[in-house]
Amino acid sequence: MDAMAEIRQTFFEECAEQLADLEAGLLAIENGEADSDTVNAVFRAVHSIKGGAGAFCLDDLVHFAHVFETTLDEMRSGRLDTSDKVIKIMLRSSDALADLVTVAREGGTADAERNATLIDELKGLVALAKGEEPPAPSAGAAAPAADGPTYDDGMGDLDFTPVAVDLSDLMGVGGDNTFKIEFKPNPRMYAKANDAIRVLRDLYELGEVKVTCNTGEVPLLTAIDPEGAYLSFSVELSTAESESKVREVFEFVEFDCDLSVEEVAPEMGEMDLDGVDPDIADILSRIKASDDDEAPSAGSDEPEEEEEVEEAEPEAPVAKAEPEPVAEATKAPPAPAKPAAPAPTPAPSAAKGEAQDAKGASGSPAQTIRVDLERVDRLIDLVGELVIHQVMLSQRAYQAGLARASDVAVGFDELEQLTREIQDSVMAIRAQPVKSVFQRLPRLVREVADISGKQVRLVTEGEWTEVDKTVIERLADPLTHMIRNAIDHGLEKPEKRLEVGKAEEGVVRVAAMHRSGRIVIEISDDGAGINRKKVKEIASDKGLIPADANLSDEEIDNLIFMPGFSTASEISSLSGRGVGMDVVKRSIQALGGRVSISSKPGKGSTFTMSLPLTLAVLDGMIVSVGDQTVVVPLTAIIETLQPKSSEVKSFGGDARLIQVRDAFLPLVDVARELGYSYEPSNATGGVAILVEAENGARSALLVDAIQGQRQVVIKSLEANYGRVPGIAAATILGDGRVALILDVDAVVATSRVEGNFFNQAAE
Amino acid sequence: MSRTILTIDDSRTMREMLKATLASSGFTVVQAEDGQHGIEVLQSMGQEPDVIITDINMPRKDGFQFIEEVRASADRRAIPILVLTTESDAEKKQRARLAGATGWIVKPFDPRKLVDAINRVAA
Repeated sequence: MDAMAEIRQTFFEECAEQLADLEAGLLAIENGEADSDTVNAVFRAVHSIKGGAGAFCLDDLVHFAHVFETTLDEMRSGRLDTSDKVIKIMLRSSDALADLVTVAREGGTADAERNATLIDELKGLVALAKGEEPPAPSAGAAAPAADGPTYDDGMGDLDFTPVAVDLSDLMGVGGDNTFKIEFKPNPRMYAKANDAIRVLRDLYELGEVKVTCNTGEVPLLTAIDPEGAYLSFSVELSTAESESKVREVFEFVEFDCDLSVEEVAPEMGEMDLDGVDPDIADILSRIKASDDDEAPSAGSDEPEEEEEVEEAEPEAPVAKAEPEPVAEATKAPPAPAKPAAPAPTPAPSAAKGEAQDAKGASGSPAQTIRVDLERVDRLIDLVGELVIHQVMLSQRAYQAGLARASDVAVGFDELEQLTREIQDSVMAIRAQPVKSVFQRLPRLVREVADISGKQVRLVTEGEWTEVDKTVIERLADPLTHMIRNAIDHGLEKPEKRLEVGKAEEGVVRVAAMHRSGRIVIEISDDGAGINRKKVKEIASDKGLIPADANLSDEEIDNLIFMPGFSTASEISSLSGRGVGMDVVKRSIQALGGRVSISSKPGKGSTFTMSLPLTLAVLDGMIVSVGDQTVVVPLTAIIETLQPKSSEVKSFGGDARLIQVRDAFLPLVDVARELGYSYEPSNATGGVAILVEAENGARSALLVDAIQGQRQVVIKSLEANYGRVPGIAAATILGDGRVALILDVDAVVATSRVEGNFFNQAAE
Repeated sequence: MSRTILTIDDSRTMREMLKATLASSGFTVVQAEDGQHGIEVLQSMGQEPDVIITDINMPRKDGFQFIEEVRASADRRAIPILVLTTESDAEKKQRARLAGATGWIVKPFDPRKLVDAINRVAA
């Protein structure tokens, strides 16, 4: 990637961070929790985005950011107060800014109308802060018109010129101009490391120059202040350039000197130079040569001309010297007792190296390092391999007859400990707090609340709960849908809420926590809860449950997850992004997770989602199926049992049921489902593993035997081979064999009968 | 013998852009992330930088405060300091001058202008 493209990527990454800070800051201000630091940080976030956007010529973004920044400037200087109304505009602007960044990054079109409206509102706020009349709303889509450096939005000093325009180039430059320049530097000028010589040299570049140095004010050497300014210069300049170009030379120093620039008629004769040699170095070396030449005229105690001493350097008019040694020069002839300038600087790499160390040692703000994700992924892969090989090595050693009590065996145990620790540490590198997902929620809540006409407050907890990066990325979608559901279906409209004695504003609470080795996320709302009667009706109408089915409250609640429960016409459109709960459940299950809902009528509902902490390893039960070894994810397993012949019933064809306490569950012949055998497996000689699938329905997997329980490293089958139905992934066991990891839900689904409703059928 | 530039900006993007521009013109670049960090880095450099380029709006210590502190320090006070600013208004420039800035560069910066400005203020 070339340098610019890399920096562009950095820019967009940084934008994302700035936008997050911006929103968080605005929310803090809204909650009354902000201090001046927050307000400044919010300003800086937009300021930074504007700066970078300008460098990449993202004009729309620059324009919006500029207006936003100006408004924030009024806010941080206290001229605009932070009322709710104002913050709401800011938050909407923050959303719009985020969209513009997205458009800049990925293409597409921004909502020009919305942006134009926001810009007008922001300008209105600025005018308010300044006590002025708000400007007339910009005609039509203002945003697209923002191209080009001379956009005039009618706000006078808010004109923003992204590209500097050199006006002097536009002025007619004709023929030779002659200027008479008087230039007397103040001590201040030198204190800022500006240098008369350089300024004069710049004049030389403009044309023909005659310079006279006036030394009249230079005091005796003993009275000289090293940091003083005694010299002045009279310059006659003959140039094709304009006056503004000439003044430009003095741009940096014009306030730290006495300057006059006059254009004079060209036929004016040569300036009277009073016989002093115009070559400054010459003058000064003559001054150096004899102390007695100077007559103190102004008699001031002004310190010595720093430049004079500097120029006294042995023939090095080009070299810049440090000013410190000047102090020594009052006592002795200006010996080159200086560090640095003429002498070659010590190896730049050493200086750089020191500075780099300094950066680390001086407690620099960053306690983190940025690492390529690819490297971390590769490291995790390698560690996975390490674990596999370590297990294999131990097993082979024992098989070869290694004594369990031997030193080598102890070594293997320690090796296993160490390897597990490495694995845990490495997994932790990729573990991230869910905060990054939670950060998108406020905006989502704002938008959904707007569209559905509800008032919602979002409360989040446990944002620092950590989970593997791979899981985090796939959390966002299900979380989004559940929150949409909570706001759209769960919460009542404000009027309705008031009627039933609730506050107008509904609360959606999202909490993340660790529980028994998994991450649990709860989404609760204080809405109306699930209308169980209605849900049961819908399910029954759609044939998902028998009309007279006897279901517990909890079972009714979870009916919403059934495939086919919500059809397109029922899903409220929410800008056409409605999704059924069954899709949500499936995507969570694809992550190895579970989701369920519980509800209290009138009080609210809670979605509970549990996910594994990582997608890279799996706790599994190793089982034999046919002559193969298969891994069943432990999270799916409820219990295992050895079927007795009395418990196994036949049910049409080869289908079998197994009685477990009071329920009859379908017995899934795994060997047959996976194609390992064509004959029904012997039920009584095998093991039945009770598992819970999609709709909470339970089944029993029939396998031959259980070999053990282990944590295995997940290897993707899809990436290395292809998608195999019924198989989720693969792993390598300790003895080097490849074992396939079962996709429990898929296997159960392909077997024909569903469990729950055979309570009745079997009776 | 290349010149060393100390760049101070809280924006990662800007730091990288400055580094890319300056390094390709043969300068050695040392970076800091805000005014406070800038002071620390400056003090720890064995050889002082030839030019300092600093942003204005930064957390902890802003550009103005940084410049004032440098100008008031016992040593390292006469290093040329250029201020990076998107502000086009005279007031900010005046403030920069008063704080002791040697000059300013407007951002988004034209790489050539940046190098020119550096060459103008450095020896």
